[in-house]
Amino acid sequence: MDTNPSGRRRFLKHAAALAGVAAGAGAGAEWAARGQSAKPEAKPEVAESDAKDPHFGHGEPSRFVKSGRGARMSIDHITYYTPLQDYAGIITPAGLHFVQQHSSHLPDIDPEQHRLTIHGMVDRPLSFTLDDLKHLPSVSRIHFVECHANGSPMIHNAGNPNMGLPVQFIWGMTSCSEWTGVPLSVLLNEAGVQKDASWLVSEGADPGKFTHTLPLAKAMDDVIVAYGQNGEPVRPEQGYPLRMIVPGWEGPFNVKYLRHIKVVDEPYHTWNESMNHSVMRADLDGKSRWYHFEWAPKSVITRPSAGMKIPRPGYVEITGLAWSGGGKITKVDVSTDGGQSWREAKLQAPVLPKAHTRFNFDWAWDGQEAMIQSRCEDEKGVVQPSRAELYKNWGITEADKPARAIHFNAMQPWKVARDGSVHDAMFS
Amino acid sequence: MRCSLNLLASMIILAAPAAGLAQSRFNVGTSLSQEEIKTFDFMIGPEGQGLPPGHGTAREGADIFAKRCAVCHGQNGKGGIVRRLVIGSPGHPHSGTFSEADKDGVSYYPYPTITWDYINRAMPASKPGSLAPDEVYALVAFLFYQNGIIQENDVMDAKSLPKVEMPNRKGFVPAVPVYPPDPKNPSWW
Repeated sequence: MDTNPSGRRRFLKHAAALAGVAAGAGAGAEWAARGQSAKPEAKPEVAESDAKDPHFGHGEPSRFVKSGRGARMSIDHITYYTPLQDYAGIITPAGLHFVQQHSSHLPDIDPEQHRLTIHGMVDRPLSFTLDDLKHLPSVSRIHFVECHANGSPMIHNAGNPNMGLPVQFIWGMTSCSEWTGVPLSVLLNEAGVQKDASWLVSEGADPGKFTHTLPLAKAMDDVIVAYGQNGEPVRPEQGYPLRMIVPGWEGPFNVKYLRHIKVVDEPYHTWNESMNHSVMRADLDGKSRWYHFEWAPKSVITRPSAGMKIPRPGYVEITGLAWSGGGKITKVDVSTDGGQSWREAKLQAPVLPKAHTRFNFDWAWDGQEAMIQSRCEDEKGVVQPSRAELYKNWGITEADKPARAIHFNAMQPWKVARDGSVHDAMFS
Repeated sequence: MRCSLNLLASMIILAAPAAGLAQSRFNVGTSLSQEEIKTFDFMIGPEGQGLPPGHGTAREGADIFAKRCAVCHGQNGKGGIVRRLVIGSPGHPHSGTFSEADKDGVSYYPYPTITWDYINRAMPASKPGSLAPDEVYALVAFLFYQNGIIQENDVMDAKSLPKVEMPNRKGFVPAVPVYPPDPKNPSWW
């Protein structure tokens, strides 16, 4: 299972690369090199000259495109941030999807050997090959996946040169893809869930054996066991060959490298769920919340945003993303005066439930200091809060400085200075 | 009228296979025997469901920790290159509430089985899943002893481990999912 010697080699290689990161070397270099070596080999009938063409086979972007993911890595954790500032529309290119990996390296899984099992409180414990899954009825839906810590207070001002512009390293742990696969309800129906069952616990085949609990009711509703991402196989960073997609819920529910689903009658509260993903809350007498489940409505202006410069006064297109675990985004308002007045932004089609929604807003900048921010509302009528409103809900004050206040969905103000430079104004 | 009848008929035809999907089975997938399930079913429940036979003590665990774990976690679980595993000290468990930094230690986990489960499946990082059950019991005993949760001579096994009283057992709000989520009492609050 994990006894192959390459796992140890990868771990050591990764550890060596990290030493380079600590010394200030480019964090993404080792992984970029690995990505290239993993490229499918050209078929024999292709001329050697064609096979070397970076736009042949699985084509690469123009060599002039410099935008990419930013990285933060440690010995037991990998984070890549999506460059939200550089892209349009709602779909995140698969190679730019954010990564949050709770282990030292990514697994290298042979799909022929991979099996998905469903066992525990079922009448017929089953094992599925990838081929089995592709012979079942499929669904294909566009959904965001977002890390539960995205945009949280601990991330502001924590940037380094490997992480990109602030909107990327503060909010770049959300991405949106078309996920294709089998409804989990179909697989559970094949196995026959017993009547006293109420939860699932799922395990990935990564070195850290990422494990997460899921209520059975959600599993039977809209969860997808995905083998496709934006029309191609799920990328290795996203869980190749299988990822559980739990629409609208926090990132950790979306177990990558999915291999075991055990049907049980209580939450398992495993390592990640109890430590990294639990949150101490002042409004709960200092106790910790185990799970947050659904994402509340969120939005952020991606352009112009901190680190950019508006070249001159006059027309500026403000654009950004809004999304909610509660369903469709129904409205986005934009303020250019620090929240004193608001005007409605245009929502760009398609507007889909539990998906990124692109909004655009025409602005005539007068060259004076300005504070720009967006605020969204979802189909349940829930409105995105300001930071002050969110802190009030949590029962905390500014002085509490909630470093790990995860599940953070406050509005993001960007300050535009007279010279056109844009700055993060969340805490200033 | 005829037009709407046709429409109605086509709607029924369209709806029929979809309704069928929810009920019938496809008979895809391979049946698993209980023997086969035992070869991969290692996720351990909060009451210790699934713990295998075996046993270990803190003394045995100290030796294994030095050889397999200290390279990353530091001597005795402190001062390593990853987060510390120990808060409190032998005979003196952490008391009161846990700050964010206190979450590092295994003391924070509400159930004693969580440490066993994670070490067994995910550690050591260079070769996950390579520790024998006796070694995992011994490592858990060592870490619990260092955290002041058990005594040095306490034997950890499938019966004793789930009964260990964790200092933060009451520090969590139970997970009660409301599904579908209720906007007036949202699960994300």
